[in-house]
Amino acid sequence: MPVNTLAGGRKATHLFLLVALIASALVVFGLADAFAQNPFGAPRAPAAPPPPDGIAGWIMQKQAEFYRMLNGTIRSAKTDGSAVWLLMGISFAYGIFHAAGPGHGKAVISSYLVANEETWKRGVTLSFLSAMLQALVAVVLVGIAAALLGATATTMKRAVDWIEIVSYALIAAIGARLLWVKGKGFLREWAALRAPKSVGAAATQAHDHHHGHRHHHDHHGHDHAHHDHGHGHDHAHDHHGHDDHSGHSHGPTPDQLAGPGGWKRGLAAIVAVGLRPCSGAVLVLVFALAQGIFWAGIAATFVMGLGTAITVAAIATLTVSATAFAARLAATRTGYGALALRGIEVAASVVVLLFGVALLAGYMASERLIGV
Amino acid sequence: MIRLLSFVAAALALFAAGQAQAHPHVWVTIKSEVVYGTDGAATGVRHAWTFDDMFSTFATQGLASKEKGKFTREELAPLAEVNVSSLKDFDYFTVARANGKKADLNAPVDYYLEFTDGLLTLHFTLPLAAPAKAQSLDFEVADPTYFVDFSFAEKEPVRLTGAPAACKIAALRPGEGGTQAKPQGQPGEAFFNNLGASSNYGSRFANKITVRCP
Repeated sequence: MPVNTLAGGRKATHLFLLVALIASALVVFGLADAFAQNPFGAPRAPAAPPPPDGIAGWIMQKQAEFYRMLNGTIRSAKTDGSAVWLLMGISFAYGIFHAAGPGHGKAVISSYLVANEETWKRGVTLSFLSAMLQALVAVVLVGIAAALLGATATTMKRAVDWIEIVSYALIAAIGARLLWVKGKGFLREWAALRAPKSVGAAATQAHDHHHGHRHHHDHHGHDHAHHDHGHGHDHAHDHHGHDDHSGHSHGPTPDQLAGPGGWKRGLAAIVAVGLRPCSGAVLVLVFALAQGIFWAGIAATFVMGLGTAITVAAIATLTVSATAFAARLAATRTGYGALALRGIEVAASVVVLLFGVALLAGYMASERLIGV
Repeated sequence: MIRLLSFVAAALALFAAGQAQAHPHVWVTIKSEVVYGTDGAATGVRHAWTFDDMFSTFATQGLASKEKGKFTREELAPLAEVNVSSLKDFDYFTVARANGKKADLNAPVDYYLEFTDGLLTLHFTLPLAAPAKAQSLDFEVADPTYFVDFSFAEKEPVRLTGAPAACKIAALRPGEGGTQAKPQGQPGEAFFNNLGASSNYGSRFANKITVRCP
């Protein structure tokens, strides 16, 4: 035990530092995101106003600029056909910058991916599908409520409120389920790590590796047990697939993803994130409708979604890569490394859960959006 | 290790970028009067907030009107009611200070909406809970969450009504006079600094109406 600790002590410290960094980044920014997304429903204190300098300030400024250009361009698109192309360009740029702001589920998607040991490819797919769903919901909402039924803004707001509750509750539910599964995995890892250490004093690499295997069998068994409980989730299946890779966090291979349940599992995340339409898109659609060029608003909304997807996908990819990097590091130190990884997953699950709860609580606390 | 740390740094930078706040979705142009009673004490502030065209269109969507594209004050009355009642949760985005001390504001009175050239204007008066005979009286208008962007009107943004002759009023845009422009430093730093006591953070980029009565 002492030998082992000394040999890997430095590395272990760094690894835990990394774990702490990733986890705290997810928690801090995830929550900041949660509060900021709900400007009228959340306590004001944590939602600091945008610093105008630095990266964040620049992004904020750009999206505000592009957003302000939208209404003028929609007006000109009414008479000038070429302005439609300009509108598409602005919408795309706005989407890219806007997704860097709050909402659009960056934190949820990233945390979900980390907790679920997903691949970056899957992250990109999730990002695109949720962004497209978000655009679709906005179009359907405004299309049916405003264009067909002539509903008022107050009615539309009420509809969005309900959509929000469902979406946030779904996020919280996904987080709770992840925490249940991952928390158990973490505890199992913890127990597996402690028990043999007390017996074998100087653990060799091979010995450690054996522990890893032992764990995976345990884990496998656990997942099946979970499955048997009738939760009806397909998580266990994929997780099993992953575990066959024995600690190398490559995640499931693409063909495994396409297998039964692979996509179903991600569907909940896509719906949870994509259900709530973006306020900007709703405003643009209603404005385009009032100008008599609803179709241009629809096109703009989808192009916006495309831009959004690109940014969210980039952030998700980076998060997954960082975790994969940590995983590779962990692979060289089985035992603690695997424990650290489970730790990241638990932290990420907590973030998803907190995110959902914070959003829900924010909504419950007070009304949203002035005057509508 | 260097590779690892640069990776973490990159990840954190992106997350930091990710915490960029909501950008404004609503723009409001402020015109305000500070109203005085016959005894020379300030009784409150009368706001006229004009919303941008996109929000004005959204807010009036589906509202019944006799003439298409036009709304009378009566037709907009229910919307005005919703407006002021929702604004309550945000303390009307207005903070009053008499001689530097925070002064309480009562619920709005005399409120109505106007629709002119496609733009909605919300008129409402916020009475001071206790009329103030203060040498310095300030009203700060801002949305700390920056969902609403407030700015003073170009022409005559503020004026005095019934004030003692010696009183002077001024409109200070963010960064002018006593209000601090915009927070400085790294975005992350600003964020962490403000996780704690940040209740008056919004006032730092607020539009400030100042009245000085020597």
